Amino acid sequence: MNALRNFLDNVKPKFQEGGKFAKFRSTFGAFETFLFTPNETNKCGVHVRDAVDLKRTMIVVVLALMPALFFGMYNTGYQHFRMTGELADVTFWQIFFKGFLAVLPIIVVSYVVGLAIEFASAQMRGHEVNEGFLVSGMLIPLVMPADVPLWMVGVATAFAVIFGKEVYGGTGMNMWNPALLARVFLFFAYPTKMSGETAWYYNYSAEAAVDGFSGATPLAMANAGNYTSFADAFFGLIPGSVGETSAVAILIGAFILLYTGVASWKTMLSVFVGGIAMGWLFNTCADAGWLLDENGVVRENYESVRNLALIPWYNHLVYGGFCFGAVFMATDPVTSARTEGGKFIYGFLIGALAIVIRVLNPGFPEGMMLAILLMNTFAPLIDHFFIQANINRRKKRVTIKA
Amino acid sequence: MSDVIKLKKGLDIRLQGKAETVFAQIPLPELFAIKPSDFKGLTPKMVAKVGDKVQAGSVLFFDKQHPEVKFVSPVGGELVAVNRGDRRVITEIVVKADSKAAPIDFGKSDPAAMSRQQVVDKLLESGAWTYFKQRPYNIVANPTAEPKAIFVSTFDSAPLAPDYDFIVSTNEEFFQKGLDVLSKIAPVYVGTHNNGCSKAFSGAKCEKVTAFEGPHPAGCVGVQINHTNPINAGEKVFTIQPQEVVTIGKLFATGVHDFTRVVVLCGSEMKKRAYVKTILGAQLTTMVNGNLADGHVRLISGNVLTGTQVQPDGYLGYYDSQLTAIPEGDEYEFMGWAAPGFNKFSASRTFFSWLTGKKHEYKLNANTHGELRAFVVSNEMEKVFPMDIYPEHLIKAIMAEDIDKMEQLGIYEVVEEDMALCEFVCTSKIAIQKTLRNGLNLMMKEVG
Repeated sequence: MNALRNFLDNVKPKFQEGGKFAKFRSTFGAFETFLFTPNETNKCGVHVRDAVDLKRTMIVVVLALMPALFFGMYNTGYQHFRMTGELADVTFWQIFFKGFLAVLPIIVVSYVVGLAIEFASAQMRGHEVNEGFLVSGMLIPLVMPADVPLWMVGVATAFAVIFGKEVYGGTGMNMWNPALLARVFLFFAYPTKMSGETAWYYNYSAEAAVDGFSGATPLAMANAGNYTSFADAFFGLIPGSVGETSAVAILIGAFILLYTGVASWKTMLSVFVGGIAMGWLFNTCADAGWLLDENGVVRENYESVRNLALIPWYNHLVYGGFCFGAVFMATDPVTSARTEGGKFIYGFLIGALAIVIRVLNPGFPEGMMLAILLMNTFAPLIDHFFIQANINRRKKRVTIKA
Repeated sequence: MSDVIKLKKGLDIRLQGKAETVFAQIPLPELFAIKPSDFKGLTPKMVAKVGDKVQAGSVLFFDKQHPEVKFVSPVGGELVAVNRGDRRVITEIVVKADSKAAPIDFGKSDPAAMSRQQVVDKLLESGAWTYFKQRPYNIVANPTAEPKAIFVSTFDSAPLAPDYDFIVSTNEEFFQKGLDVLSKIAPVYVGTHNNGCSKAFSGAKCEKVTAFEGPHPAGCVGVQINHTNPINAGEKVFTIQPQEVVTIGKLFATGVHDFTRVVVLCGSEMKKRAYVKTILGAQLTTMVNGNLADGHVRLISGNVLTGTQVQPDGYLGYYDSQLTAIPEGDEYEFMGWAAPGFNKFSASRTFFSWLTGKKHEYKLNANTHGELRAFVVSNEMEKVFPMDIYPEHLIKAIMAEDIDKMEQLGIYEVVEEDMALCEFVCTSKIAIQKTLRNGLNLMMKEVG
C-alpha cells in the first residue's frame, strides 16, 4: 500500500493548483479519496468526529441493494427461460448467468453515464465528486425492465443526473429522487418499452416465445381479475422491473438499512401503513358493492377499477414496486421530509397515494413511482408546517409568561 | 426535594484515557497567561505594561466596550510579554510568577449585608466578574444587564470530563458561600447529576436545584436552561462553573481572589492521568513534559468536543478545567470507507464496532474521517440534541443569514457547546460550531 501512497503523493502536485493537470483536480481527488481516507484533521470546532462519512453511508445502501440485485439477476434469467419455455432444461447457474449478462450492461451504462456527468460537473464547479450517484447508479438498473434498450438507460440517466440533480447544485440539493426521475422519464417518453407484456423479458421476441406465452405482471393480471398469490409475489419469481419483484430480498435490504441506522424506520413504516390503510379502504368499498349497479353487475367501463380495488390489501404491498419504493426510494433523506413528524405524514401519503393511483387509474400500473415523486415535491411543505409549529411553540412561551 | 429531568437524546462518546480520581503533585510553572481569545467578541485595552510588577489581582486589561469589566493577573510577579498575532491582535498576556509577591486583599465581606450593586462592584474590582458568561451569545457578562437567572451546572458530561464532586469536595462550604453571593445578583438555578452527587450540590441553598439524568449533553448548562427556564427573545441569563463559584465564595470569605484551579489531565496519549492543582492560565509545560505519548499528539485545553488546541508550551484556557491529549491522526487509511471498522466509533451502526459492546472504549484521533459535503442524512443531529429546536434548520438559517428565522428557530437558546455533539455526528462533516458562532456574531451585531 505504501508504494501506491507514494505514487499518489508524487503525482498529487501535478493535479493541484498551478499543476499540469489542475483541470482534473476533482477527478484525481475522487480516486485518491476512494483509495485512501484523507489525512485531514479537524481545524475548528470538535477535535474528534464520528467515523461515518457519506462514502460509508452510501456503501451501506449499495450493500443493502445487493440481495435485490442478485435476486433480480436470477429472476431475469428465470423469466427469460420461462418465456422461451426452456426452464426445465437449464441449471440454477445457467439461469443466474443469463440474468447476469442481461443486467450487467444496464448497470455499466448507468454508472458510466452518471459518473461521467458527476465528474464533469464537479470539475466545472471545482468541487469534490459527491458520492450520491453510487446509490442512484445502482437504483436505476433495479427499476428498469430487463429488456430495456441500453441507449434508453443512458439517456434516462443523463436526464436524471443533469436535470434532476446537477442543476440544483448536486448531491443533497435535489428535489426529486434521481433514480425515479430516470424511470419516469422513460415511462412517459417510451411507454411501450417500459410497460406492457414483453418489456420484462430479456431478449424478447415473438419467435423466441413459447406458444401461448403470457407475460403480464401481477398488476396487469389483476386488471383482468387474476390475482397472483401473496406467496408468489412475496418470494418474487414474477415478471417486473429487475430489482423490485422479491419482497424477501428487499426486506433483507430493509433490515440492513434500519439496523445500521441509515434509513428512517418512520418513513418506511408509514409507507406500509399508508398502503395497508388505502388498500383496506378499497377492499371494504368494493365488498360493500362499490361500482356495482342495482342488479349487482359491474358498471360498464369500470371492470378493471373494480378488479383492482378487489386486490387484497396485503397483496398490494408485494405487487409491483411498492416494497422497493418503500424501502429504498421513499427513505432517500434528501428528497424526503426532514422533520421527524413530517416523515410519518410523508410516508403515509406515499403509501396511500400509490394505491389510489394504482386502483383509480389502471393506465398507470406503477403508482408507487408517481406517488413518491409527488410527495418529494410536497416534502418541503410538510416540513414547513412542523417548523412553523416549533416557531409558534417558542412564541407562545413568551406570551404565557407575559 | 429536587426535580429530576431524564434526557434520552444524546451520546456518550466512549473515549479511552479517563483519569483516576487522585491528585498528582506537579510543580507550578513560571509563566502564566491570559488569552483574550477565550472571551468571545472582546477587545482588550491594556492597563499594565511590559515590565510592570503585578500582584495576584492587579488589573492587566479591561473590556473596551465595558471598561468596568477588568481582567486581573492570576499571580504576582512581572508582566513579561504581550504577544500579538495577525493584525496585531493581542493573543497572550504573559506574567512571570514571583512567589514572594503577596496577592491583593479585597477585604472580607458578608454578601447578606451588601446591596446587589455592592456585590457587583466587588466582583468587578477583583476581576471575578469575568467568570460570568451571558446568554444569548456566551460572552463575558455585561455588568449592567439584569439577568433573569444564573445557572450553574455541577457536572460535566463531556468525554473524560472532570468530576466536580471530587474537585469541590474540599471546598464545599465555599461553594455554598459563592451561591449566596450569586443569589444577590439573580435567582440561582443549580443543575446536578441524579446519580449520587455531592451534598454541596444536591443540597445547595438557592432558587432551585434540578437533577438531570442521561447521556451528554445533559451536563451542558444550555440544555439544563432549556429544560428548566428557557431563554426567550429579549431575556438574558448568566452561567458560571462550579470551580468559579468556589473562587467567588473564597473571595468574599477571605478577601483574596484565589486563582487555584483543579485540572484533570486525561486522554489516551496522556501517560499519567490524574487531577492536578494549578493556577488559572498556567503554562502547560509542567503538566505535559514527559507526560505525552510518542507520535503526533494533539493537546487540547478543554474537552475533545469544545476545547481549544494548544501547544505543549501554551497556556491553560481561562474557563478550562481539563487538558486532553489525543492522537493527531493525520495519516491516510487505505480504503477506510470499506473497512469493517471494529475499532471505529460511530453513533450509527455503519461500522462493525457495534459488535464490541457498549463498554468498549475507543482511542479516537483528530482525523475528520471524510470530506465536507452538503446536508444529506437527516435526523442524526436531532438524536443527540435534547432541546425542542430543529438543529439542521437552525444551521441552515444561519448559513442563509436569515436573522428572523434564526431568532424564530431558537438561536438565543444555544451556544457552541450545546451543539458540539451535532458536529461530532454530522456525516457531512459540516462545521456546526463555527457556523453557529458566525450566526451568534451576526445576531450580536444586528440585534444586540
